Amino acid sequence: MTKQNDQNSVGLVEPQRYRFDEPLILRSGKALPAYELVVETYGELNADRSNAVLICHALSGDHHAAGYHSEDDRKPGWWDTCIGPGKAIDTDLFHVVCLNNLGGCGGSTGPVSINPDTGKHYGPDFPIITVRDWVNSQVRLMDRLGIEKWAAVIGGSLGGMQVLRWAISYPERLHHAVAIAAAPKLSAQNIAFNEVARQSITNDPDFHDGHYLEHGVHPKHGLMLARMVGHITYLSDSAMRAKFGKAVEGLQGQQGNFGRDLRTGSLSFGFNVDFEVESYLRYQGEQFSEKFDANTYLLMTKALDYFDPSVDYEGDLSRAFAKSDCKFLLVSFSTDWRFPPDRSRELVDQLLRAGKQVSYLEIEADQGHDAFLLPIPRYVNALSAYLGNAHRELCGDAT
Amino acid sequence: MRPDQEIIQHWIEPGSRVLDLGCGDGALLAYLQREKGVHAVGLEIDPSNIERCLAAGVAVIEQNLNQGLSNFETGSFDTVLLAQTLQALDNPAELVQEMLRIGKKGIVTFPNFGNWRSRLDLLLRGRMPVSEFMPHQWYDTPNIHFCTVRDFDVLCRDGNIDVLARTVVNSRHEGSWAMKAWPNFLGEVAIYHLTRH
Repeated sequence: MTKQNDQNSVGLVEPQRYRFDEPLILRSGKALPAYELVVETYGELNADRSNAVLICHALSGDHHAAGYHSEDDRKPGWWDTCIGPGKAIDTDLFHVVCLNNLGGCGGSTGPVSINPDTGKHYGPDFPIITVRDWVNSQVRLMDRLGIEKWAAVIGGSLGGMQVLRWAISYPERLHHAVAIAAAPKLSAQNIAFNEVARQSITNDPDFHDGHYLEHGVHPKHGLMLARMVGHITYLSDSAMRAKFGKAVEGLQGQQGNFGRDLRTGSLSFGFNVDFEVESYLRYQGEQFSEKFDANTYLLMTKALDYFDPSVDYEGDLSRAFAKSDCKFLLVSFSTDWRFPPDRSRELVDQLLRAGKQVSYLEIEADQGHDAFLLPIPRYVNALSAYLGNAHRELCGDAT
Repeated sequence: MRPDQEIIQHWIEPGSRVLDLGCGDGALLAYLQREKGVHAVGLEIDPSNIERCLAAGVAVIEQNLNQGLSNFETGSFDTVLLAQTLQALDNPAELVQEMLRIGKKGIVTFPNFGNWRSRLDLLLRGRMPVSEFMPHQWYDTPNIHFCTVRDFDVLCRDGNIDVLARTVVNSRHEGSWAMKAWPNFLGEVAIYHLTRH
């Protein structure tokens, strides 16, 4: 079967490019005079434009959330498990919009774009973008697309933080806020991991103070290390045990394996790869460093670190939500130690204090933070049930 | 709608804020949202019930009642419901007090263990009662704190709780003059409307 005809997929998709010439004033005080956003959409927009859904991506995501760009693509978009005909975010019901955020490296204006003032890549001169700035740019996209109010804004992790910002800053422009594996702000531990990632990038000899593109190189090793550290925080201990503890070989007995399969069956007594997990992390890091931009990675981690909507309300998050008019669905995963269930419950409690309509699910899952991207039945079915009801309420029974 | 829910809904003011502890599939809250325009939130731990709530458009929070309700602010709801859940709690007395901290009023329903059938089961058959409202065997029941109408009256008196209304029904939802006269003997389901003294 061709990808074009796959019944479970949105099939072949083509990104669209939108240009915005009105300057965007950023939270830092700087301005982007003009910018472009790369966008994909799936499913038909209905006549009264009431079925549009915005998907916000996380740290390493982009506009390509579902389907394939060509028949030769090995992998579909990053959230294809949830977006498509008959899936939880059902493209038979909803018009799904996903964009590459500003500062990204998927085609929207970011550090790899050419700065019109200099004729060179922005590189490290690209301004720091915050979650608030992203949402402001997403509102302009929404206006351009002729959508008055999203049926839902949906995102996981850093995407979930954009969802929360939508509910706070633009209460009249969304009906439902779905924030998955999110947090009200980063913990010191979260920021510490981000700092290790940043240090590994900026200390790479090929970094050249961020001007690596001008030198025809990129800080591959630093980016690889950053991704390896990040990847550890996305997985849980149990997920690693499951992944690397199946085959028991060599010196380890089954009882004491702890998910540390030897790669070759014997120890090297050197500093080479001995265990499967090492080789896996190196592979993940290498793959990532080939396709991702280091300045974008730095920028995304700063956007995470700076997120804290309570700062405008003397630290009282419930007041931040006071004007929110949407219904909320929050989901967390039991083994997520990056943004654990407690962080989502903090959000639930503040939303309750603000008197908001909030639903909350804590999903038993072994996969850690990454669970939000995986087809875990209880999670996917709940999302489907919630959005199915939202569609009935907002769009009537007819599709 | 369950018989106890049919009676409960008359005690809910239109447009009020309702918290349902152990809201099940959300049928009562969905009804109250639709017919009375209440602002409803349910707490539930059963995954399939939670999914049914979401499908019915009922706001539901996955939260175990046995871990307390300290995340809810004092006076943040008009009515807090506890329907057919009292007997399954670790600490029912404490939770009833918490209900009346969070809500201006509370509604509690429970299977009346003082019903004549229960008494007869024990007296004649020498067996723990099993009925439509208490369908479990003693070894697999989630119901660990059974009480009678008179037991609950004592709990209210000792806990400074005023009983605004008390009614009992049978499993077919019928009340009668006889049940009014001998609630603890004839009533199968007890329904209390409570407030803090």
